[in-house]
Amino acid sequence: MTNDRATGQDDIFAEITKRLEPFRKGETPITLDTDITRDLNIDSLAVMDMIMELEDRFDVSIPLNVVAEIKTVRELADTIGSIRRPA
Amino acid sequence: MGLFDRHAALAERYRTARQAGIDPVGVEMQRVLSPTEAIINGKRTILVGTNNYLGLTFDKSCIDAAVAATIAEGTGTTGSRIANGSYSEHEALERELAQFFGFRHCMVFSTGFQANVGTIATLVGEGDYLVIDADSHASIYDACKMTAATIIRFRHNDPTDLDKRLRRLGDAPGNKLVVVEGVYSMLGDKAPLKEICAVTKKHGAYLLVDEAHSLGVCGEKGRGMVEEDGILDQVDFIVGTFSKTLGAVGGYAVSNHPDFDLLRVTTRPYMFTASLPPSIIASVRQALRVVQARPELRQKLWHNVNTLYDGFANAGFTLGPEKGPVVAVHLPDVDTGLAVWKALLDNGIYVNLAVPPATPNSTVLLRCSICAAHSDEQLAHVVDVLSGIAQELGVLPREPLRAAAAG
Repeated sequence: MTNDRATGQDDIFAEITKRLEPFRKGETPITLDTDITRDLNIDSLAVMDMIMELEDRFDVSIPLNVVAEIKTVRELADTIGSIRRPA
Repeated sequence: MGLFDRHAALAERYRTARQAGIDPVGVEMQRVLSPTEAIINGKRTILVGTNNYLGLTFDKSCIDAAVAATIAEGTGTTGSRIANGSYSEHEALERELAQFFGFRHCMVFSTGFQANVGTIATLVGEGDYLVIDADSHASIYDACKMTAATIIRFRHNDPTDLDKRLRRLGDAPGNKLVVVEGVYSMLGDKAPLKEICAVTKKHGAYLLVDEAHSLGVCGEKGRGMVEEDGILDQVDFIVGTFSKTLGAVGGYAVSNHPDFDLLRVTTRPYMFTASLPPSIIASVRQALRVVQARPELRQKLWHNVNTLYDGFANAGFTLGPEKGPVVAVHLPDVDTGLAVWKALLDNGIYVNLAVPPATPNSTVLLRCSICAAHSDEQLAHVVDVLSGIAQELGVLPREPLRAAAAG
């Protein structure tokens, strides 16, 4: 985990993990490299619901065209981080 | 990897259902007898899943108009409006639709799907924002794929969430287009258009309303939810279809925007499709006259909506949130849905089965669409038969819960 993530994006990772916990396959822990649809028992509608909750939690809107590109927890966390604090 | 391998899971589900003799997507109407009856599997069947809200498919004046137009101008136009010319009737229908809504401009498309895809995808492009209700129709989602605009979804029928999302865009440059439906096709629920319009205008965005399921159904003069909620003078674009209330096929978009006609030379689903044949244009023109001349059809439709919705509610079913031209019965899972749907058809009643991902919140729905031509007896029969099947399959308790109805 990078320093940047430790200082700025830990909370995002924690919020994502909390919401994905119920969809874990067996004992495999959720990490930044977890592929959201491949490594978890979650369907696309549940993913969209989770994303809407995260959008409210962090007061951002993730465009649908961007959502389509997100595969891993890291990509989701980075997307929320970049929208929350534009470069 | 084979061409169809990516659809393996779907193929397996479809195969299993068909092996069980249940094929909700492959129903053959062997003979359609009227707006409310057909022969299916050799059996006289009540149709409660046609979107034929006013029953105009068999209206004699509409049929006569279609026949006369075919004799006068032939079976088809064999080309697109821009490449092969418009018939006078296309232009007349556009004038009549514009006049009906009180708008300056109208464009007719060859399907309602194309009207949505074409209009929406052309109005916004790179650097713009397309803001859609989460429960939008497939044609609106496909429009999202055909534009370079940034796509934002808001929670279904939630003006507060829309407000939040428009606020988050702040003063970003680029046009913002909000797209909603007047009545949603799966649950029959209406959009809170007054509130949605107010939020949209507050943020300087444009509003497009798809009235596919509300034309001729809602509003004092049948002009849809924009009329019922009093925003006809504020909505920027109305899109709709000829394939439901108007009993044919085709679509339209109306607007007051001075540059609206530019869509005719930029919208590919309009430019590169054959235009509607004379028979369709003629029956649609006549159907629009019938909608205006016979408000009693709309009253009868709503009488029937009340009859079926209240009947189901009294029987103890869980229904969509409000009364509309579509009445949706919630069922617990896909297998139950398939079993109930099949049992209904075996008993001479045809409805639509809607399953995820086409449904909101992964629900399984028996989707009934109501017709002004349904009789009270037909609808009472539908309630009785469905109640019996539901009790048989354990969806409802054996004794009807009349006292706890609609709870």
